[in-house]
Order: sequence, then structure tokens, then C-alpha cells
Amino acid sequence: MRLSDLPKGASAVVECVDDAQAADPIAQRLRDLGFVNGEPVRVVAVGPMGGDPVLIQIGFTRFALRRAEASRISVRTEVAA
Amino acid sequence: MSASTLRIALVGNPNCGKTALFNQLTGGRQKVANYAGVTVERKEGRFTAPSGRMLQILDLPGTYSLEANSPDEQITRDVCAGNFPGEAPPDLIVCVADATNLRLHLRFVLEVKRLGRPVVLALNMMDTARQRGITIDVPELQRRLGVPVVETIAVKRGGARALIERVDGEVPAAPAMAADEAASHADLHAQVRELLAATVSMPRATAEVDDALDRWMLHPVFGLLILAVVMFLVFQAVYFVGKPITDAIGDGFGWMGEQVSAWMPAGPLQSLVNDGLFGGLGTVLGFLPEILVLFLFIIVLEESGYLPRAAFLLDRLMLSVGLTGRSFIPLLSSFACAIPGIMGTRSITDPRDRLTTILIAPLMTCSARLPVYALLIGAFIPMRRVFGVFNLQGVVLFSLYLAGILGAMLVGWVMKHIRRDKSEHALMMELPSYRLPKVRDVAIGLYERGMIFLKRLTGVILGLTVLMWFLSTFPGAPEGATKPAIEYSFAGYIGRALQYVFAPIGFNWQISLALIPAFAARETAVAALATVYLVGGDGAGLGDALAGQISLASALSLLVWFAYAPQCMSTLAIIKRETDSWRNVAISFGYMFVMAYAASFIVYQVARMLS
Repeated sequence: MRLSDLPKGASAVVECVDDAQAADPIAQRLRDLGFVNGEPVRVVAVGPMGGDPVLIQIGFTRFALRRAEASRISVRTEVAA
Repeated sequence: MSASTLRIALVGNPNCGKTALFNQLTGGRQKVANYAGVTVERKEGRFTAPSGRMLQILDLPGTYSLEANSPDEQITRDVCAGNFPGEAPPDLIVCVADATNLRLHLRFVLEVKRLGRPVVLALNMMDTARQRGITIDVPELQRRLGVPVVETIAVKRGGARALIERVDGEVPAAPAMAADEAASHADLHAQVRELLAATVSMPRATAEVDDALDRWMLHPVFGLLILAVVMFLVFQAVYFVGKPITDAIGDGFGWMGEQVSAWMPAGPLQSLVNDGLFGGLGTVLGFLPEILVLFLFIIVLEESGYLPRAAFLLDRLMLSVGLTGRSFIPLLSSFACAIPGIMGTRSITDPRDRLTTILIAPLMTCSARLPVYALLIGAFIPMRRVFGVFNLQGVVLFSLYLAGILGAMLVGWVMKHIRRDKSEHALMMELPSYRLPKVRDVAIGLYERGMIFLKRLTGVILGLTVLMWFLSTFPGAPEGATKPAIEYSFAGYIGRALQYVFAPIGFNWQISLALIPAFAARETAVAALATVYLVGGDGAGLGDALAGQISLASALSLLVWFAYAPQCMSTLAIIKRETDSWRNVAISFGYMFVMAYAASFIVYQVARMLS
């Protein structure tokens, strides 16, 4: 499942970030920002037009990601208790 | 203690409070310049430590990672690594981290540590951390990190004392580099998790007040309403607070010019002082109020954390024309004047988005075009009702504003498609905690903007104004001349030469001539037309004179020309200054000229066929 598929308010756990092309700087930066395996994320808000961008809570930080960016992030929804 | 200077580089993630800390340390003693060859701002300050040692502090651009994605991040990387040409390697790196956001910021600290240079970690915003019940075991963090850790509160007087004491003492040894330092991202993040688990207890991931505010600010309906109110206030303030002061400054210098020239014998020197020097100073300094009012809002909105929220709400809309949410405020303020708008693009992080915004900002109808619009609409467009409710004159004025916006959208769209670099533009924007802006930080920011404008542009704009004065004054009218002096001047010759270029769009030589002083400031086109048509003053008489001598098609063509034309020279000067490239000035001038010419051509030819 992709982070961009999550509805507003949903929580998930990051699996990995996939490069959209070879040496994708955006994917690289997403990993730097903390989107790495096992990190819990939550969709806090979505933009007023077309639900784009999405606002993601990760760690103690909130990042606004465009849908194209969020779709690079693979997540699983079953939250480990 | 040695009397030698200690070079300190201040680094950290965006929103770590680094600049506030820099302001706290150096006060007003800052030097703002550009790094050689790029338009990234270089901020340096110095202060004398209690020991008498001089500390020289470089405020490096904020970055999330040393794996640089943009020019400003590359500078941070290269300066820290000590291989930026012309920049001595720092003796000490002070890494600033927001104590309430350590999950993100500690990773960067680990990355900086791997450079193998002496590092001190400043845990900033400790006051907020305490309020939110966050506890940090500083001695344990220091032990595990292997670098000195000090607590700071950048926004409080004396909040940097611990940091000053630490950097004034012995320079800490560079952290040992482990042999296998090619740690992967996952490794760095794993280290951060370990550090957090051992040293930090966090009752809540975010501040409750942020959650509550964001529920309103980012709401699809209320959020947009709040945004509309904020935008309205910004626009009104630039237009209705900045503009009258601007006019007053212009009038003030006009009056001073008259007073001074009253003491001088009539002649070229008197004209130079009155029209060239004082007129030019009035123009240049007149931009200052609008710039300061706009930047007051931009700085307050940025510092408070609202600007990224506004960008979040508008991003989708702006993206559809090849821009970013952050382009909106600079473009909005360009309706008052493009100069502060172009300076305001500094808050746009992606350099390509910034350039697009700079290039289309002059298409927003600025207030200097209004006198020209008012004159031509008043003279040529009848006061008539359309569809029973609208005033035709108002409809034409509105259409001109709309033409500018549609033109800008078109240019944005075209630029998106002809750009060679097709790589995706990233948003990836952090929405920081809401904060109350500090008066000192706002004041320092405003002072910097004002000084940059005055220092770098006064000379250029003043020089160009004097040049325009020269062209319209020399050579003087011969003895017994019956026509206005300007007809005999260089401007008169150029105007006559230009009429062949402008004939297809319906401009006679008088209009072509008026375009020359209009290049200095658009509103002067009215005065120039008044001069060539021999009308005293620039009031209603000119409208009648124009209506008698210019066809409706030419007038419409001129209106459209002013909507798109490459003006004024101050705008071109600020584009040069902000992008540090004559190429961008040429592109900007060239595309607007072509666009204005094409649009005027169509309007003129169609209007002639219909009439």
C-alpha cells in the first residue's frame, strides 16, 4: 500500500521508499527525513483541492508531501501492538 | 587566551531556531552578502567573547541533510567540509537542534559529526521543551554522542550564555571517526532511535496548541477563509499603507528639487538636479515603504509558522501553472509593485520555482500602471452600462488585470514545458510549530531587506533615471523652436525611429516617444504624453487631446501593451540583483516584449477591422 492511498486520519507504518527513477533525489530526501522501515506515520490533513498535498505526521514532525512524493512511500496498515 | 579569531559555522535543520540564535549572538553586527557565483545569501557576524577572543560566526543555510539537493544545501555541505572555494574551513561547527524535534534533528547531528571536525551541539528551544513536559538527559546525550552539548533558548535574552561559555573555552577535540563510517540511512535512523530511547522522554509527539490551530488553519473551508483574510490584509497594507507613503516620498523629493533648483540659474544643471537627481531619488526611495510593509508581513508570517500553512493550502492551485504554494504571496504583492514581490521570492526554496515566480511577477498589474490605464480608459472607453449592471470602464480595467494573470499562467505553463531540466519539483515542506515572532528578529530582518535594496539598487536606478533624463533633455530645442523641447531631444529621435517598429501595433511617434521615459517609471508615460501633446498639467485636458488624435484601436493597443510590456527598469534591476544573471534580465525583457507586441498587434488589427 502507498502512503498516498491512505485516507485522512489514517495511521500506518513505513516499509520503504521506492525510487521513481535511478538515483531519485526525492526518494533520497524522504529517507533522510525519516521515512525508513518501521517508522509510524499518520495522515493529519489533506489539501483543499483534490486532496493534494497530504500532511504527514512522522516522529515529532509534520511534512507536507505532494501525492507524487507520498506515492513513493510504501506502508503497511496493520499497526504492531 | 589567544587573541586570534575563532571561526564558527552555525548549521542545523530548517526551523531549528538557528537564525534567532545567530541574532542573539551577534545582534545587529551582521554582514549580509552573497556567496561567490551564486545567489545564496551569506550571513556573517562577529562578537567578542568574555575572554577577549574574537568569534566570527557564519550562519549557514538550513538543511535536512549533507546530501545536498539545492544550491544553498551544497554551500552548507562544502563549507562544513572545508572545500568551498574562498571560504576558510570552520574551526568549530555549532550544530543547532530543536529540542522538541529531536527525532528529525539528531540525524543531522550524527551526519555532521561524521565530518570529523570539532562540533558542539546546541539544544535550542529548551523553554518550549520544558513547557511541553519533554525531558532530556543532557549528560547522557553528551556521553553517547561524544560531542559537547549545551542548552540554549535563542528567543530569550541571555539564552545563549551556556553556548558562549562553551565556545569561548577550549575547542573540543574532533569526534573520533569509526573505521566503517559509511553508515547507511537505516543505520543513522537506528542510532537516533537508540539515542532517543536512552535520553529523551516525550509525553506527546506534537504540541496540543499546534494540533488545535492546524485543525482550523488547514481546514478545507475555514482554512481557505482565514487565508483569504490574511491575503486581503497583506494586499491592503502594501497598497494602502505603503502606497501613500511612497507617493509622499515622491512628492517630498519633487518639492525639495523645486526648492533647490529655485536657487540655481535655469539651465541644464538645474534640470539635472531637479528632474534627474531629486526625481530619481524620489523614485528609488519611494519603493522602500512598500518593500518594508510587505516584508513585515512575510517575516511575521514566516516566523509564526503560518507561511508554510498558506503554501500547503495553495500548492495544488499553483502547481497547475508550474509554480509552488510559496509563489502566492510574492505574486499577490506584485499587484502593488513587482520590486518587493521579486525580493519576496526568497521564501521559495526550489530555485527553479523561484525563477519562474520572478519572471512572471512583472505581469501582475502593479499600481504604477493605474495612472496610464485611468487616462486611456477615461479618454476612450465610454461610460456605459453592460448587461445592465457593469460599468464598461470598470469591465475594461478588470479585463486588463485578468489579462496579466492569464498571461502569467500561460508563461508559467510554457516555462514548465520548455525547461530542459524535467526532473520533478519537490514540495516536502515541514510545517513547523506555531511561534510568536520576536520583535528583534523581525526588526533585524526588515533592516537587512531595506539595506540590501538601498545599497545595491540606489546607484543603478538613480543612474538609469539620470540617463533617461539626459535622453529627454538633450540636445535642447533650437532658437525659436515652436514645438515642445522633447521633440528635439535624443528621446524624440529614438521615438521617431521606434514608430516604424511600433506602427504595426498602432503607435504613432508621440506614443513611441512616451514609452521611453515610461521605462524609468510607468506612470511618467502620462506626463510624457501631456508634454508632446502640448497640454498643461496631466489632468482631463490630456484625455480630450488624446481622444482627438489617437484612434480607439491604437488606444486599446496601448492599454494591452502596458499590461505586458517589459517595464520598468527598476524591475529589471531587481531581477539582475536577485538572480545575479544578465541572461535572466534578457529573457525577462525579451519575452515580455514579444508578448506585449503580439497581444497589441492582435488587439490593434482586430479593433481596426471592427471599427
